[in-house]
Amino acid sequence: MHDKKNNRRLIIFAAAALIIAGLYTFYQLNFDILYYQLPSRLNRVATMIIVGIAIALSTVIFQTITKNRILTPSIMGLDSVYLFIQTVIVFVAGARSPLITNDNVNYLVSMIGLVIFTVFVFKYLFKMTGNHVFLLLLIGIILGTFFSSLSTFMQMLINPDDFLVLQSSMFASFNAINEQLLWITAAIVLVMLLIVLKDFHSLDVITLGRDHAINLGVNYDRKVSQLLLIIAVLVSVSTALVGPIMFLGLLVVNLAHEVFKTYKHRYLLIGSSLIAVITLLVGQILTQYVFNQAVEISVIINLVGGVYFIILMLKESRR
Amino acid sequence: MIDLKGISKFYGQKKVVNDVSVSIAKGKVTSFIGPNGAGKSTVLSMVTRLLNHDSGEVLLEGKNILNAPSDALAKKIAILKQSNNMDLKITVRELISFGRFPYSKGRLTQKDNEIIDEAISYMELEDFEERYIDELSGGQRQRVYIAMTIAQDTEYIFLDEPLNNLDMKHSVQIMQILRRLVRERNKTIIIVIHDINFASCYSDNIVAMKDGKIAVSGKKDDVIKKEILEDIYEMDINIECIYGQQICVYFDEHENATVDDFIEDQARA
Ligand SMILES: Nc1ncnc2c1ncn2[C@@H]1O[C@H](COP(=O)(O)OP(=O)(O)OP(=O)(O)O)[C@@H](O)[C@H]1O
Ligand SMILES: [Mg+2]
Repeated sequence: MHDKKNNRRLIIFAAAALIIAGLYTFYQLNFDILYYQLPSRLNRVATMIIVGIAIALSTVIFQTITKNRILTPSIMGLDSVYLFIQTVIVFVAGARSPLITNDNVNYLVSMIGLVIFTVFVFKYLFKMTGNHVFLLLLIGIILGTFFSSLSTFMQMLINPDDFLVLQSSMFASFNAINEQLLWITAAIVLVMLLIVLKDFHSLDVITLGRDHAINLGVNYDRKVSQLLLIIAVLVSVSTALVGPIMFLGLLVVNLAHEVFKTYKHRYLLIGSSLIAVITLLVGQILTQYVFNQAVEISVIINLVGGVYFIILMLKESRR
Repeated sequence: MIDLKGISKFYGQKKVVNDVSVSIAKGKVTSFIGPNGAGKSTVLSMVTRLLNHDSGEVLLEGKNILNAPSDALAKKIAILKQSNNMDLKITVRELISFGRFPYSKGRLTQKDNEIIDEAISYMELEDFEERYIDELSGGQRQRVYIAMTIAQDTEYIFLDEPLNNLDMKHSVQIMQILRRLVRERNKTIIIVIHDINFASCYSDNIVAMKDGKIAVSGKKDDVIKKEILEDIYEMDINIECIYGQQICVYFDEHENATVDDFIEDQARA
């Protein structure tokens, strides 16, 4: 009976996402520049859907494995590593290097760097700390701080023009996304989505904890490594595509838990993806029409998400 | 039949399980007893692959347990650990349904639902089916976990202190259900249990552990003996035969002895 309600909620969210996407696409469409305006809006909507799904999936899975509701891959340091990679490129090769100016090359380099970092942190450190989640999270946060300090330091040394170029990659943006990269990312995210959905029942079992999962026949260590790799790929491709939005995952996954109140990943995965898409769309509408591009979308989302993060921490510490 | 062949476990420098070898007979109830920290739970976790052992091997019907595929093993052995806490919004029935995961992989069939119903009625949980587990008492929750383990319907069932939190009536009931599972379905049941009289009345075989080693193991009547138990628990124990069962009495023999006399006696001894 609880499931029925949740099914209805899913439908409502899906409808809301569709309506908002429709509104965004067709609002004040200028027919003189239709051939330019429509594809560019559709491009943004597609980007938001892909990034929303990638961030929501990776965060849900990450929190299921680590059994916590506060930390996400982004908060664990992935975003700072992304900035670090960009900073190093500018620092070493300069802002006019193809590593920065050529979208495809930059995407590839960022993605590889992020996947390597994530696999290192998650797999190697998981072994070293003996799956000790809190130790792992602590190390993740320290690494994150370390990389962002290092970036800040290098940013002070580079010349102001280069810094301006660099600054644009500090904030996520959904404007003028390279179409080719969009399709590549879409393909990768789709493959990951299918792999996850095909076996979402074992995520439910993993929620019960390691011992129960092994008892019920889940090959826990192998499954968790596989999932961590999927998380690494999802976060990496979406960050490499649009840039970092630190608190998006935290915000949408906790909202999904709040709304669906279930351990079932069928609802958590799909629900949080829909919420993520809606959040991005609303953020983009606010950026474009309320703030007239004066404020970045990631700033808006991080403001809301950051406040929510603090509320969660306070709630958690009071328990 | 399960054979433990010289299994050991280190935590840092400390050898908490030391070269344990024992055979667990099929179709019997085997109880592990022994003081706190003796290594009982550690042995159970290693036998059921939840924990890696540092040396030795565990043979399930002659084959090394670590070579068996995880999902096939889940249809053969089930383990319920000593403490289970989960912070989840999950109902009693949903949790018990997880016991069917090895078979249904999450898509319950009619047969799965029948087995779940049966486990629920075994544990008398009909009235709680739709309740969330965090709204139950400790003993009710323990019964839910046992029901989940029974729903897994495996040949070998390992229960680490299954009587935790249970009242007398339910303790007896669960032990009787375990006997019935052995009698009617030829299950092999391995439990860790602290109440020595429950162990004595309801098991076929007893393995007594102390300081990471096996002190004694054998048929229950060979283990429930004054000298053996006194040695293991380092206290005075008397054994009386009541209704044909060996019952341990921890009180003094003097007439009209009070608990305080007993404690004084213990201190003197
Ligand atoms: N994760 C761990 N790290 C270090 N030492 C441990 C760990 N788990 C257990 N031990 C130690 O191993 C020994 C055996 O523990 P175990 O849990 O097997 O005892 P037990 O016989 O089940 O006791 P109890 O009757 O209290 O449940 C104890 O001395 C315990 O302190
Ligand atoms: Mg124990």
